[in-house]
Amino acid sequence: MAAAPKPEAGLQWLLNAITLPRHARLGIGPTIALAVLVLIILSAVFAPLIAPHDPLLMDATQRLKGPSSLHPLGTDSYGRDILSRVITGGRISLVIGVSVAVASIGIGLAIGLVAGFFRRADAIVMRIMDGLMAIPSIMIAIALVALNGPSLWSVMAAIAIPEVPRVVRLVRSVVLSAREEPYVEAAIALGSSMPKILFQHLMPNTLAPLIVQGTYVCASAILTEAILSFLGAGVASEIPTWGNIIAQGRSYFQIKPTLILWPGLMLSLCVLSVNLLGDAARDRLDPRLRKRGE
Amino acid sequence: MTGYFIRRVLAIVPVMAIVVVCVFLLLRLTPGDPAAILAGDTATAEQLERIRQSLGLADSLPVQFARWLGLLAQGDFGTSLISGSPVTGMIAQRIWPTLNIAILTLILTIAIAVPLGVIAAWRHRTWADYAVMSFSVLGFSVPVFVIGYTFILVFSLELRWLPVQGYVAPTQDFGQFIVRAILPCLALATVFIALIARMTRTSMLEVLGEDFIRTARAKGIKESWVLFRHALRNAAVPILTIIGTGFALLIGGAVVTESVFNIPGIGRLTVDAILARDYPVIQAMTLLTSGIYVLINLLIDLSYAFIDPRIRY
Amino acid sequence: MTVQFKNRSFTDAEVVLDVRDLTVGFAGHPDAATVLGGVSLRIRAGETACVVGESGSGKSVTSLSIMGLLPKGSLEATGGGIGFEGRNLLDLGPSAIRALRAHKISMIFQEPMTALNPLMRVGEQIEEVLEAHTALPARDRRTRVLDMLAQVHLPDIERIYLSYPHQLSGGQRQRIMIAMALILEPRLLIADEPTTALDVTTQKQILGLIDELQQRHGTAVLFITHDMGVVADIADTVHVMKHGRIVENGAIETVLRQPRDAYTKQLLRAVPSLTPRTPRDTQEGEAILTVQGLQKVYGEAGIFSRSRPHVAAQEVDFTVHPGRTVGIVGESGSGKSTVARCIVRLIDPSSGKIRIAGTDIATLPPRALKPYRKHVQIVFQDPFRSLNPRWTIARSLIEGPVNLGIDRNTALARATELLAMVGMPEDTLERFPHQFSGGQRQRIAIARALAMEPSLLVADEAVSGLDVSVQAQVLALLSDLQAKLGIAILFITHDLRVAAQVCDEVMVMQKGRIVEHDTAANVLLRPQHDYTRALIGAAPGRGWDFANFRELAQASP
Repeated sequence: MAAAPKPEAGLQWLLNAITLPRHARLGIGPTIALAVLVLIILSAVFAPLIAPHDPLLMDATQRLKGPSSLHPLGTDSYGRDILSRVITGGRISLVIGVSVAVASIGIGLAIGLVAGFFRRADAIVMRIMDGLMAIPSIMIAIALVALNGPSLWSVMAAIAIPEVPRVVRLVRSVVLSAREEPYVEAAIALGSSMPKILFQHLMPNTLAPLIVQGTYVCASAILTEAILSFLGAGVASEIPTWGNIIAQGRSYFQIKPTLILWPGLMLSLCVLSVNLLGDAARDRLDPRLRKRGE
Repeated sequence: MTGYFIRRVLAIVPVMAIVVVCVFLLLRLTPGDPAAILAGDTATAEQLERIRQSLGLADSLPVQFARWLGLLAQGDFGTSLISGSPVTGMIAQRIWPTLNIAILTLILTIAIAVPLGVIAAWRHRTWADYAVMSFSVLGFSVPVFVIGYTFILVFSLELRWLPVQGYVAPTQDFGQFIVRAILPCLALATVFIALIARMTRTSMLEVLGEDFIRTARAKGIKESWVLFRHALRNAAVPILTIIGTGFALLIGGAVVTESVFNIPGIGRLTVDAILARDYPVIQAMTLLTSGIYVLINLLIDLSYAFIDPRIRY
Repeated sequence: MTVQFKNRSFTDAEVVLDVRDLTVGFAGHPDAATVLGGVSLRIRAGETACVVGESGSGKSVTSLSIMGLLPKGSLEATGGGIGFEGRNLLDLGPSAIRALRAHKISMIFQEPMTALNPLMRVGEQIEEVLEAHTALPARDRRTRVLDMLAQVHLPDIERIYLSYPHQLSGGQRQRIMIAMALILEPRLLIADEPTTALDVTTQKQILGLIDELQQRHGTAVLFITHDMGVVADIADTVHVMKHGRIVENGAIETVLRQPRDAYTKQLLRAVPSLTPRTPRDTQEGEAILTVQGLQKVYGEAGIFSRSRPHVAAQEVDFTVHPGRTVGIVGESGSGKSTVARCIVRLIDPSSGKIRIAGTDIATLPPRALKPYRKHVQIVFQDPFRSLNPRWTIARSLIEGPVNLGIDRNTALARATELLAMVGMPEDTLERFPHQFSGGQRQRIAIARALAMEPSLLVADEAVSGLDVSVQAQVLALLSDLQAKLGIAILFITHDLRVAAQVCDEVMVMQKGRIVEHDTAANVLLRPQHDYTRALIGAAPGRGWDFANFRELAQASP
């Protein structure tokens, strides 16, 4: 068995990084969370096949109807089928959650590595990040969407941009503490080049915290999307998202609370599952991350 | 201590400068014609021109920036695209309900969250700890409008304990203010409590593992002294920090809560501005909330000097 | 000089603590291995009993069990008894135990820097003991605290009373801890490695203070330590622990002269002697390393920097010749590690020359430095952090050679040889650092350094984190390698004993300067500088030749 690093070496460090500290089992809570999340994802992906009705189809004769065999969760003020709308509503949320997490982690990782490794860049980059973090994220998002119109892209950008400084801070703190490690100093003494130290010694340390942070970003992106839709600053109101469904149900809330409760329940369950998985990942990947958790 | 104060106060200058530049560029660097987007699809040429005029988009960027800064310095946030009245006045009129709700929420939050966190850390890995942590993750996951509507449904519509919506100023009738503010404050506080209880627990656990806690126990003092005299005071700095950074959540939450509970504050003002594409109001709100956020965090930074003697000297 | 053991007899004194067959296990895992497997020890009033052992031997667990401070939920006493004043402490409830703490049984800890609450004035922290256990009014409490501060010989007690821990030195904080522990005149003082984190000169003072107060109050002292020198200086009786059991106990002189147990003998033999080893001949040839006027100043640049510049090292001149071992000895903050890190160019020197292989590398930029990296390699103190935990040993070992342009297979073949040379099995290559002990990791770190075929190896406290028996093995390995490879070693250490055993020349550093530089024999046996004399004078157990179970043959002047 030759120990020479092979192509799978990258996979190897990924495995090492993930399984390094403990061989903890997935507890009951995270298992349920995973199951719920898989169900939500599957139903969102296959929404056109599962949904009993077209979520956009209006029927003036069926307005605000209670549950029936035709409409298991009833209908909204336009006579649209609530069940179909709630199932379809998850699609945008999940797309936004995942893409915002990937984008903000990717951008934040690049900036954070630079800030953590190059002292000169650090001061400037961190000042800018401090400034960005000082603007409440919901206000950046509202302003961006107001200016760029309610497209999916502008909503995604609006949610991702405020997350970036947090990722930058996390990556930077991991890099700063890792570069003090004797093994990094040994690498310097062994004549390893800067890129080699940065990418082979320092960057793998950010992997575990970023996986954890990524799930939290995903959860908060789903929430923010719903809030933006609810406020009228999200994707176009014709598209059924959980936030939009709730926003349109507001006027009829006192007559028919389920217009808000069903999408609210799905939304909460989805975010809860992602958060629980994040907590499980954190506990499993590295107990020390608790400090950086929030 | 004076040196520390001066350094902290000076440190907010670059932060606010970046905030101001970012907010300025947000509008100017928008791809396409922001006036066209703000005016909507049915805008006439005159409407477009009026919006451009009002936002001052005609000149070069440096000229625009200088003029804008000059106006900001005089407290002029521009005029509303819809009503044509000065934004500063609109905000001044509606800031009090928001502030009152925010202060009540903050008091509620700290009164509930810190004891919860302390108990969870003290009874680490017991049912009390798990209960607090479960509540915390729930609080993070359920959006504030779902909490708000659920509260209305349960406490107002079903139990009929509290009025559905509306707001009464505390100066007018304090009792009615509390009665009407309690649900919005609780809804708003939920995520904040979740955050702070969790942070209190984490930093208490960390402090309880420190050597000086072992020393305190070796002195044979009461467990309550160990917890409050020694542990909580040492955990205070990270807790305060998270209260400061969590304030951004409160601002976001206020916008939503005010529209759920129909409170005539600046959060409602923002929502109305979104629906009407009244950008000057949104811009002013962005600057204002950032300024409040920076100011609160500055106050918290300064308070560290009173907690930690290592900062003082 | 003659050795002064405490040959006091305590057979008539009252038994203060009587631990009988104490067992401690992991809470909730009754089947798991025990941490303490039946510990018995007895201490009488006025007696100092030392518990000595290597890391993991269970000595700290023993002391925490007596205080009832075992970490809740992870360790618990499972059997035996702890007799104190006619009661079994294991039977007492939490409030009864609390009433005893600081009142009847006190404890001081290893790390004075973290053992005090950073946000509370030290006077108030001592006063809290009185507040908890006595009904004294506030004014009397304060008087009593001030009196105690005077008893532990702190200067300017009114000011100290109002100080916060960060304003005091390590030695002063340990005095505060002692004042706190002894203010109620407890019958038993447990001291868990109380001087391990301190410099030798401070250690000597603290040991003297404990002894003085013990005699004044007739306190029984249970002293936990890993340092045989300290044991020889302070113990009446000694208990040697290994794997949760006491393998040997007896009066100090008996154990040091006639150890019965094999482990005790092994432990004693591993203690390096203070007598310098036989000096080697000066080797011919050009110097490998020449340092001239080296200076390192921290905190110079920056208009807004708050702190005054701190001179970590200045006017450092020395040379190292092939095959020689040159030691740099000094206390913490003396600048010895700064010098080492400048030479390896982990930090940039402020001024001066560092000549290696004919070139001054002090100011070379990183790229130009690369070819010179192979000449000087470094081994660090902490074996647990000096290897990348995510990398296989093979990958760590070939990192340097691959940087030099050697192809992987050649480098791997060389790595295999090196592992054999440092006494590690061949299957080490595919394994990860966490699968090895501290001593093994340090061997691997040495192999990694040697893979570059350096002419100089810098060992920065390279054996300080290891237990004595492992330390002895690693030192033997270094000396072997030196004989085989003719490599020069720059040996940074705070431990005079280690320096005496490995160095040809010794430099003594104090406050950033070299105050004495001569052959090891001259420095250790005929010290010229006052500071060197103080250091040697403070070395614990210096009159005793532990490895040979007798007094040192050669008395120091």
